[in-house]
Amino acid sequence: MSFAKSKFRHKSLPVNDLGLTYRDYEGAISTLCAGCGHDSISSAIIHACAELSIEPHKIAKMSGIGCSSKAPNYFLNNSHGFNTVHGRMPSVTTGANLANKDLTYLAMSGDGDSASIGLGQFAHVVRRQLNMVYMVANNGVYGLTKGQLAATSDRGVKNKTGDTSLFNDIDLCTMALQLGASFVARCFSGDKAQLVPIIKAAIAHQGFAFIDIISPCVTFNNHPGSTRSYDYVQEHVTTGAVTDFVPIKEEITAQIPEGEFEDICLHDGSVIRIHKLDKGYDTSNRLKAMTDVEEHKQRGEILTGLLYLNPTASTFHELNNTADTPMNQVKQDLLCPGERVLGSINDSFR
Amino acid sequence: MINENVEDNTSTKINDFVVKFANTNGTGSASANNMFAKAIMRMGIPVSAKNIFPSNIQGAPTWYEVRINENEFLGRRGGKTEIIVAMNAQSFIEDIEDVVSGGYLLFDSSKQIPADLLRDDINYLGIPISSMCLKEFQNPRQRQLFKNVIYVGALAALLDIEFGVLKTLVGDQFKGKEKLITPNVYALELGFQYASNHFSCPLNFKVQRRDLIGNRIMVDGNTGSGLGAVYGGATVVGWYPITPSTSVVEKFASYCQRLRIDPATGKKNFAIVQAEDELAAIGMAIGAGWNGARSFTATSGPGISLMAEFLGLAYFAEIPVVLINIQRAGPSTGMPTRTQQSDVLACAYASHGDTKHVLLFPESPAECFEHSALAFDLSDRLQTPVIIMSDLDLGMNDHLSAPFIWNDKQKYDLGKVLSIRELDNTESFGRYRDVDGDGICYRTFAGTHPNKGAFFTRGTSRNEDAIYSEKSADYVDNMRRLERKFATAATLIPKAEISSGLQNTQIGLIYYGSTAQAIGETKHILHKQGIPVDLMRIKGFPFGSEIKKFIEQHEQIFVIEQNRDAQMRTLLSTELNIDPNCLTSVVCFDGLSITAKQISNDIIQVIEQQIPNQEVV
Ligand SMILES: Cc1ncc(C[n+]2csc(CCOP(=O)(O)OP(=O)(O)O)c2C)c(N)n1
Ligand code: SF4
Repeated sequence: MSFAKSKFRHKSLPVNDLGLTYRDYEGAISTLCAGCGHDSISSAIIHACAELSIEPHKIAKMSGIGCSSKAPNYFLNNSHGFNTVHGRMPSVTTGANLANKDLTYLAMSGDGDSASIGLGQFAHVVRRQLNMVYMVANNGVYGLTKGQLAATSDRGVKNKTGDTSLFNDIDLCTMALQLGASFVARCFSGDKAQLVPIIKAAIAHQGFAFIDIISPCVTFNNHPGSTRSYDYVQEHVTTGAVTDFVPIKEEITAQIPEGEFEDICLHDGSVIRIHKLDKGYDTSNRLKAMTDVEEHKQRGEILTGLLYLNPTASTFHELNNTADTPMNQVKQDLLCPGERVLGSINDSFR
Repeated sequence: MINENVEDNTSTKINDFVVKFANTNGTGSASANNMFAKAIMRMGIPVSAKNIFPSNIQGAPTWYEVRINENEFLGRRGGKTEIIVAMNAQSFIEDIEDVVSGGYLLFDSSKQIPADLLRDDINYLGIPISSMCLKEFQNPRQRQLFKNVIYVGALAALLDIEFGVLKTLVGDQFKGKEKLITPNVYALELGFQYASNHFSCPLNFKVQRRDLIGNRIMVDGNTGSGLGAVYGGATVVGWYPITPSTSVVEKFASYCQRLRIDPATGKKNFAIVQAEDELAAIGMAIGAGWNGARSFTATSGPGISLMAEFLGLAYFAEIPVVLINIQRAGPSTGMPTRTQQSDVLACAYASHGDTKHVLLFPESPAECFEHSALAFDLSDRLQTPVIIMSDLDLGMNDHLSAPFIWNDKQKYDLGKVLSIRELDNTESFGRYRDVDGDGICYRTFAGTHPNKGAFFTRGTSRNEDAIYSEKSADYVDNMRRLERKFATAATLIPKAEISSGLQNTQIGLIYYGSTAQAIGETKHILHKQGIPVDLMRIKGFPFGSEIKKFIEQHEQIFVIEQNRDAQMRTLLSTELNIDPNCLTSVVCFDGLSITAKQISNDIIQVIEQQIPNQEVV
């Protein structure tokens, strides 16, 4: 069920460059369980889009099926959304993007949706270098079908009903890195300070941006022994760097921080500023990113933050050499070769 | 070598016989065989060509069956063959068996053929083709390829094909590769000379120039489907290779490459993605349709099965998408390179729940083109998937067809889409509100208006405003509206083609798709037997009112189709509420296209069985 929110707007709400407030980026009232990590993700998306001053109607919200895939209903009411079928959001997003490359594609999926039924589509949309933000709300279980283990669950952990995860987990960040995603990050839904700038950077990034967001399921996977519970994640999360996002128009006026930092300029002129906490931190090294993820995991830690970024990677449309006008706006006279041409085509079959 | 033992029970046959080429897959025989068929057409004589090929790339037997018939009986004739060009050792015994008594076997006599294989009631035309190639050509590839050209040259002499026609064809075929013309013509001449010198040419089966072709073209249906999609304005394609649908997308791509590149920038006004599977292929097409681009995918049997869930989504979420199904023999992998019309029910009701889809049944390459272009208008107008039901025979074989037709005055019908201005003037927008009473609602695209018209598209139940709802009334209203929309669809799809009333008969024949090729001949045979029939060709589903009327006007209806289970008959009786006993089915599902001979035999048998029954009553 979804419920409409009251349209009442408080006068003192801050407005962004478009004159819109956070409220203009909200969605219907969430029907997810109170405390579900997915709601924090929605809230972070609302903040990121409002602060970036993106016109909501230029965003398309895409999702599969699951609690996580319902989330797009709970943010950005003025955006079109498409809640597709289980595991197949990537193909629908591909088609949507092929039809109109000028929209921002914000996609939400779950670990069941992406790492099990949709693993093939996930892999291939990464390969296609589609310009989109692909977020997985990773809770280690199937929320909507009541708590079965997901393929992202760590080996050996038990779900609420006592079933043990017998097999190795699938790490979607490692897969995304291996398959050529140009932006890969891992976040924790409970850490808004980290999540919001990373979502902003992912939106600004031209290319395939993947964010795996550890998002605890309070109902089915928040028990002791779970490695996706709030307590466990909070205790084991670690990061190599703090990420700030500086939009294109803002001068970098922030105090030069102490310690090592790096500015990465994106396609549109915006900047990602990275404050390195770990000396060896390097977002340009794909192989190292894979090793880092794995090494932290072996130490029982969850490595979060921006793991890899290639700001100049080509996107699908560059590779395809698609025309500048979005396909859904090309007029009939350019699409239909007409009678005369058909006459000569007919002749070639006589 | 004309066999003296052969009694000549086959009087001279002009423009009415079958020539069959037995080749090995992958030896380059296709273009030579095609040249042969085209030469007949250029002599003004109706001709059809069927390629019977294995699911294999190299080494297995293939046959190419050319029927020449000046009465326009161009469906598969069936029965034994007048002339077989037996170039494949593997199928040699089978091929000898296949020659009609008094017919001819043209073969490569470079090697001795065991005498025990030979029948004594047919004629043998031995030409040392391999030896000739070995002597005349240096390049090994040419030695192989020109074997095919040599037998075409020999056939020209044997069947009285005008040599000039063949020469022009070679010129046309190698336009831009002039170097290849001379050796090809030389190979033709080698065959022609050999036959002229060694056999008494022409044979009693031969061709004679006519003027019966008019403006017709010879082309395969998949070319029509692919080109129709270009003309229909398709820009986005997701697809996954599968025989026999692959060439639809290949043709679309090659015409786009020629006709859809922006001259100023060199950029593409189309986007084609070879997907990871059929699920993704149709997912892409649906995503594009959702965003307002015309999109399609093409597939065959197994792909249809995989696409079912997505078809249900597009039906229920009301998203236009075109699916071109080139049917082949199922179930499962079945006979992947043989033809059938066995996906009728699977497509009409694809997906779980109460789902129904709009289907179109093209009969010829011209109609593949027409339906393909039309499908985009229909699916935009109806906001639902449209499935085109072609098949392997229609799609992959060359057919003599009316030319492709397009009228520049035709404007794309993009259906009910609200522009920014219309949204500004709209008090309240409800995505699933039936404003016009035809079951079709207004839609909006992402990016159109800053604060009006956005909605959440979903496969779950919703109310008129696209808000999720599990209220039974909302669900039922919506399902009833979809039913209304389907009734609107019945008024928009092409009407059945009916030829009746002339002969005051009680018998009606219903058929669809590629079966049309066999119908003229069927009618002729039945007529000769004193059984006049009326005809109705179904062009689409949901059925228009004319279909029920035709059935009711006839005492006996035969439904002719190419599947085991009489699927169209089931669809007719279910959807039109007709007692299935009123519909007698005639089916052929052996993977080869249906013949007039079989259809008329089956019908005659049924009718003959009825006569004593009637006497008893
Ligand atoms: C084809 C298909 N199979 C199964 C389901 C049932 N189903 C709905 S959601 C879901 C799992 C969702 O898990 P996840 O993607 O992890 O999302 P979460 O609910 O945990 O956020 C399943 C199996 C379905 N909708 N479709
Ligand atoms: S079941 Fe879990 S994932 Fe689903 S809404 Fe509740 S807390 Fe969130």
